[in-house]
Amino acid sequence: MSGYLNILLYVQIALSGICLYRIIRGPTIPDRMVGVDIFGILVVGICAIISIQTERSFILDIGIAWIILSFLGTLTLAKYLTGKKLNE
Amino acid sequence: MKYITLFILSFIFWLLLTFDFSVSNLIVGVVASIITALFFGKFFITNVYKLLQPRRYFWFIVYLFIFIWECLKANLDVAYRVLHPAMPIRPGIVKVKTTLKSDMAKMLLANSITMTPGTISVDIIDDYLYIHWIYIRSEDPEVYTPIIIGAFEKYIKRIIE
Amino acid sequence: MSNMISLIFITIGVLFNLLGCIGIVRLPDTYNRLQAATKAVTLGCCSILLGVLFHFGISDAGTKALVAIPILFFTSTVAAHALIRGTYHFGIKLGDKSVKDDYKDAVK
Repeated sequence: MSGYLNILLYVQIALSGICLYRIIRGPTIPDRMVGVDIFGILVVGICAIISIQTERSFILDIGIAWIILSFLGTLTLAKYLTGKKLNE
Repeated sequence: MKYITLFILSFIFWLLLTFDFSVSNLIVGVVASIITALFFGKFFITNVYKLLQPRRYFWFIVYLFIFIWECLKANLDVAYRVLHPAMPIRPGIVKVKTTLKSDMAKMLLANSITMTPGTISVDIIDDYLYIHWIYIRSEDPEVYTPIIIGAFEKYIKRIIE
Repeated sequence: MSNMISLIFITIGVLFNLLGCIGIVRLPDTYNRLQAATKAVTLGCCSILLGVLFHFGISDAGTKALVAIPILFFTSTVAAHALIRGTYHFGIKLGDKSVKDDYKDAVK
C-alpha cells in the first residue's frame, strides 16, 4: 500500500519535471507562463499525497495557501501580458 | 444586510478550515470574519434574499451532476486528441450570444464553458462570449450555439435569475 | 475498504495529470496547450483531493480537502481565462491549422 503510494508520488514529481521542460524550452513568454500555472496546480497534488503518507493535516494547509498564491501570481503575469499597469 | 451574510459565510468557512470548536478558536474566527466582512462586504452580491430560496439549491444539485458528467467527457475528449498520432485539431475563436443578464450568471457560464469538451472562454463583451474551440464542427452560429452553451444556460437561469 | 477507494481515486487523478502533461509537450501552439493542460490537470488534482477526503473521512484533514476542491476549481478556471486573454493581447497568432477568428474584430 505505502509502496504503491510512493510510486504515485514519484510519477507526480516526474510530471512537474515535464512542466519544467516546457518552462525552460518554451519558444515564447506565454508558453512559459502556462508551464508555471500548471506547475502550481501539480504541486497541490504532491502535497495531498504526502499528507496521506505522513498522516499529518497541516500539509493540506500548505496546499491551500499554494493554490491561492499561484493564482495571484498567474493573474499578475496575465496583467503584464495585456500590457497594462497593475493599478488599471 | 449583505455584511451580515458575508460574516456568516466566512465564519462557516473558518470552522470548516480549522475544525476545532474550543472557545479561543471561536473568538479568533469571529474577529477574522468581522475584519473580512468590513473590507469585502461592498463587493458581495446585492440581493442576498436569493440565498434563502430552497428551489435554487435543488437546481444547483441537478446542475452539479450534469456538470461532472460534462467534465468527464471533456477529459476523455482531451485524452483522445492528445494520444492520437495525427492529432485531429481544428482550432479557432467563435462568437456566441447569451441571453443571461446578471454578472454572476455570466461568470458561472464562462467557468462552466471552460471545463466542457474542447472549449475555453476568452472574453465577454456585453452579451457576446468569445470562445476558443479546439475542434470547430461547423461555422454557422445557429448550429454551434446549442452545442456549446445549450446544456448549461437554462439551469443557470433557474439557479441565479 | 476506504483505503481501496482512495487509492483508486488517486490513481485516476495521476493518470489525468499524465495526459495533461503529454498535452503540454505535444500540442503545437499556446492556446491548444492551455486547452489540454487546464482541463486535465484540474480534474486530476480534484480527484487526488477526493481520494484524500475518502482516506481521512470526516476529520480536520478531510474537511480541509473538501474546502480545497472548490478553491482549486475556481482559481484554475479564472487563471486559464486570464492567461488566454493575455496571450491574445500579447500578440501571439493562432496556430497554422486555425480556421476562424471572430475575436480579431472585437479587439480593434
